Amino acid sequence: MRGDVRILVVDDEPIMRDSLSDWLREDGYEVGTAENGPRALEMVKSEQWDILLVDLKMPVMDGIEVMREVKKINKDIPVIIITAYATVDTAVKAMKEGAYDYIVKPFNPEEIGLTIRNIIAHQNLVKENIFLRQELRKRYQFKDIIGKSHKMQEVFDLIRTVAKSNSTVLIQGESGTGKELIARAIHTSSLRSEGPFVAVSCAALPETLLESELFGYERGAFTDAITTKKGRFELAHKGTLFLDEIGDMSQKTQIDLLRVLEEREFRRIGGTKLIKVDVRIISATNKDLKKLVDEGKFRDDLYYRLNVVSIQVPPLRERKEDIPLLAEHFLKKYSIENKKDIKWIQQDAMNLLMKYDWPGNVRELENIIERAVVVARGDSIGPEELPPTLHVTEKKHIKPIVTKKLKDVEKEHIAYVLKVNNWNIKKSANLLGIDRTTLYNKIKKYNLKKI
Amino acid sequence: MEYIYVLPIGLIDQRILKSLIIEIKLKFKHQCSILESIEVPSSAFDSRRNQYSSTKILQKIVDIAPNDTVKILGVADVDLFIPVLTFVFGQAQLNGRASIISLYRLRQEYYGLPTNDALLIERAVKEAIHEIGHTFGMTHCLDHKCVMYFSNSVRNVDMKTDNFCDSCSKVLSNKIIGFPWEV
Repeated sequence: MRGDVRILVVDDEPIMRDSLSDWLREDGYEVGTAENGPRALEMVKSEQWDILLVDLKMPVMDGIEVMREVKKINKDIPVIIITAYATVDTAVKAMKEGAYDYIVKPFNPEEIGLTIRNIIAHQNLVKENIFLRQELRKRYQFKDIIGKSHKMQEVFDLIRTVAKSNSTVLIQGESGTGKELIARAIHTSSLRSEGPFVAVSCAALPETLLESELFGYERGAFTDAITTKKGRFELAHKGTLFLDEIGDMSQKTQIDLLRVLEEREFRRIGGTKLIKVDVRIISATNKDLKKLVDEGKFRDDLYYRLNVVSIQVPPLRERKEDIPLLAEHFLKKYSIENKKDIKWIQQDAMNLLMKYDWPGNVRELENIIERAVVVARGDSIGPEELPPTLHVTEKKHIKPIVTKKLKDVEKEHIAYVLKVNNWNIKKSANLLGIDRTTLYNKIKKYNLKKI
Repeated sequence: MEYIYVLPIGLIDQRILKSLIIEIKLKFKHQCSILESIEVPSSAFDSRRNQYSSTKILQKIVDIAPNDTVKILGVADVDLFIPVLTFVFGQAQLNGRASIISLYRLRQEYYGLPTNDALLIERAVKEAIHEIGHTFGMTHCLDHKCVMYFSNSVRNVDMKTDNFCDSCSKVLSNKIIGFPWEV
């Protein structure tokens, strides 16, 4: 019944070892025995044990030493120290060194049974917790994108839906919201996942270079074209082409792109041969593409071609409930990367993260957590590890805006300056940065009087 | 013919012994018989603890078991212990032949209460079935009504019944099939 729980009994006295192990076997546990510390360590190294019952007084290595060495091998094994020679000092020492419990021989059967059952219940809770966290992660994580907020759950649903189709997708969202991650998630969830995912930033390259990047060129097409080069369209054949910052594309390139989208074929620059490609286009922009269309800066026919399915990625300030989850994810990622054992984010620090507006979105959060992990000294991240920009937000008290007319402000200010200068016109005019005539005119205009 | 034997150790009330063999026959579906009583082995007494080592008495039971023994249960009326525990109601060889129970801590008098013979017999039957169950390889059950529930106090003994729960009954049936009698 409890045969899946393995207990190792370490005691140098055979009679104690045997009677304890027999009694535990009657209780349904799988029991192993070791007559001394070194043998116990061998067994801990070579086998999986759930609980260790270790006698305190043993030759060669005492129980505390055995526990210390065991914890080096596996820090999570609960160790119960057992002894016939109980003193307060040894009990305190054992507990300080990490013993789960300290029990005096002979045991009350109820006590030892309860201690073991408590450990098992605790371990089951830990296992359940790990399982539930994994399940939650599965639910709140789609590929590399994390979010439990309603808005992100909608995005995940949309990704799942569009992944099954071959439609072009337009991803819109502010910088740092993770548009490329979404494009990759669509690609890896689609039937094209075995094919390549090729990304191009339309803003990073000037017009002519972008064209040659997208469509490639033939040898001799221009001065530097000493060899033929395949463009990104060809490289993305049977896969996905991700066009980032599509809003920055020139009119000329827009026309070329439209043609490829309509005809599914193109020519390399300087080439005559038509090349057919099977590519899914996913584009992204942080600009309002519809507005650019209205302003005539982006072709409407291309816009409708690209925008068959639209995914709006919410900015982080609109999904603040995702901040703890994201922060925890980045904390884990950068703790591993920096070989640090930082386990948690203090509540004060989390409050700062929650209050900040995140203009740089998830990318900014990631950078801030990475920096905090690098500078952190303890096992947690506190407010002091966060940059000043986050603290400013918290301390800043924005006064309510009082609607006042400019002339009223001017009148009040002139009256104040005259008063503090005891109506000395020259001094007041100097302080106000105007000449005396202008000041007299203002006094007259606002009907100011010396009281 | 092989037997499950009940061995009185010291002076044990015949009413208790007879009640035990009736229930053992019923639960394990096998012939059961009472042996001649033996003296409590003095070598098992631990003067430091003022208790008897159940392991030593168990060894004695194994030594004197008749040849036609399938299982043997010793019934004593002294306070039993195993080295790691303060006391035991009984002990058994898991998957072995011998087991022992003690009436000492099953008596109401031990707890300063008036004698209750019926309750003592009831408790003795439960502990006897429990320990013989261990010799059939049964381990403790988490069902507090099952006779294989681990009892560390008379309160727990009183809470459980003298029956095996459904799941333990199935396990026992499979174990008994391997023995030379039909269930």
